[in-house]
Amino acid sequence: MIEAAGVVKSFPVRGRRRGLRRSRTPLRAVDGVSFTVEPGEFVGYLGPNGAGKSTTIKMLTGILTATSGSLRVCGLDPSRRRTALARRLGVVFGQRTTLWWDLPLRDSLALVRRLYGVEREAHRARLAELTALLELEPFLGTPVRQLSLGQRMRGDLAAALLHDPELLVLDEPTIGLDVVSKATVRDFLERINAERGTTILLTTHDLGDIERLCRRVLIVDHGRLAYDGGLDELRRTVDADRVLVVELARPGPPIVLGDGGPERIEAERSEGPRQWLRLPRGANAAAVVAELAARHEVRDIALREAGIEEVLAGLYRGDHAYSGPGLPRPRSAVDQRSTVE
Amino acid sequence: MAEAAAGTAGSAAAGAVPRRSPGPLGAYALLAWTWTRAAARYPASMVLLALATGAVGALDAAAIGLLFTRAPRIAGFEVAEVLFLYGTSALSFAVSDILLGTTERLGQHVRLGTLDAMLVRPVSPLVQVAAEEFTPRRFGKLVPAVGVLALALPRLDVPWTPGRAAMVALMVVSGAAIFGGIWVLTGAVQFVLVDSHGATKSLTYGGAFLTQYPMTMFARDFVRAVTFVVPLAFVNWQPALYVLDRPDPLGLPGAARFASPAVAAAVCAAAAAAWRAGLRHYRSTGS
Repeated sequence: MIEAAGVVKSFPVRGRRRGLRRSRTPLRAVDGVSFTVEPGEFVGYLGPNGAGKSTTIKMLTGILTATSGSLRVCGLDPSRRRTALARRLGVVFGQRTTLWWDLPLRDSLALVRRLYGVEREAHRARLAELTALLELEPFLGTPVRQLSLGQRMRGDLAAALLHDPELLVLDEPTIGLDVVSKATVRDFLERINAERGTTILLTTHDLGDIERLCRRVLIVDHGRLAYDGGLDELRRTVDADRVLVVELARPGPPIVLGDGGPERIEAERSEGPRQWLRLPRGANAAAVVAELAARHEVRDIALREAGIEEVLAGLYRGDHAYSGPGLPRPRSAVDQRSTVE
Repeated sequence: MAEAAAGTAGSAAAGAVPRRSPGPLGAYALLAWTWTRAAARYPASMVLLALATGAVGALDAAAIGLLFTRAPRIAGFEVAEVLFLYGTSALSFAVSDILLGTTERLGQHVRLGTLDAMLVRPVSPLVQVAAEEFTPRRFGKLVPAVGVLALALPRLDVPWTPGRAAMVALMVVSGAAIFGGIWVLTGAVQFVLVDSHGATKSLTYGGAFLTQYPMTMFARDFVRAVTFVVPLAFVNWQPALYVLDRPDPLGLPGAARFASPAVAAAVCAAAAAAWRAGLRHYRSTGS
């Protein structure tokens, strides 16, 4: 569905004026990204702000032309065959609508039908289905400008899917939505991916979207792909971040366990009777707890696992063990994954 | 559940039916109609604006008529001849303005990022920008041009051969095509201008950008004046010399009088090339 090989997008950036000359240094917003997405996949495309997510999305949809590298979407070169691709692609930008501001939603959707040349019968069936799934009925007759953000987003999703695209590209579809609207949108996306087999590429900063929907994530940082794999593998890769929070009977010096051995653990923080012990990767938490209980009078114990949020934050900062000293770290997470497996 | 699944399967099969999308003209008509309906949602404002446009147009025509009927001859031309020159060029311009005038707003779409939404639809962004906010009110722009021509044509002291009549139609159509090409060119230029300025600004060298701004504004007006006036000399003037049966004061070869369709084709080709180049260099916004 998507084949990207060594895709680069660089923008000439004009520096400060010095005399009559201005320096022009190309800035590589996307710096050699390669990945493949198979039909039917649901892929999350993540990265910190400015990492090159939106630039990639815009190249995939033909809005921007890649500087170098090869890109195929639905078997087409996006920038050369933009219009042909547009018929097979659904795109939703969370930040702006593609609907007509002053028209009722119903009319906007009718216009989409004409622009994409969808047969009237097929359109009627599709519209009925989307209306039911996205609960559009109550506001089909409302001008788009009067819709709430959640309603508008559902309208945008319907508009993007009316022509039954093979690939749906979503750029932050849940941004600014309340919990209920988010849930509706997520349920809907999950359903069309499962039932219709629509391939979905999703960029988001909402990790709830990712945990709920994506079986595979691509992480881009500094214009390069930092990770490509399953969400679970990602969590396992970075599973170093398990922390034991121990509450002792009384305050004491920092706990040291397994002293002398390679599995030595020392409390990294203590606050009165509470101490925090970071478990090394692969450590047996049960054994550690047993040793702890044998040596200290423990009142309470909690084991905290890093959420996907912390995992990503660590990855973005590059402060995990596998990310060697200094930046950039080309595909470090992937290298690490291969050693773990 | 089962029903929904059946619906999915049914519509997926229907999706395989070959689709007929409108061509550029069809898409233009469709979008223009849609915008017209959108405008009709504010009926009071639509009526008032229509009245205003009509009044301004009529006043324009009256002022021109008044001006020229007071001066019997201008630079050796009869009043009717001058009105004819004015009327044909004004008509060409009005037609191009009605169809393509909003392409001038391209820069705004580039800055706001709304062009992205247009680029993911299977219709040329040029058509989408041109048809934007179309209302029948735009036809009010024809009023002064048609009024002046209605005044001028019966008073021209020339024998109306089929050749002359055809030439009048040809010069209006070619003129509209040339102006249309220029509208598209001005749009295409904004891909580059906004682009470079936006990039400068985004790198927080905003101060430098601001000092350059008045110059750009000035340059734009200058460019507009030249680009709209220069082709006029070739397009309206030359065929008009044929219609009015006058010698060329500059002594250009007689073929120049029939060259306007060729000039129109050249301008449109240049505009199309510039537009495509502009799209290729489009840089979008940050988000």
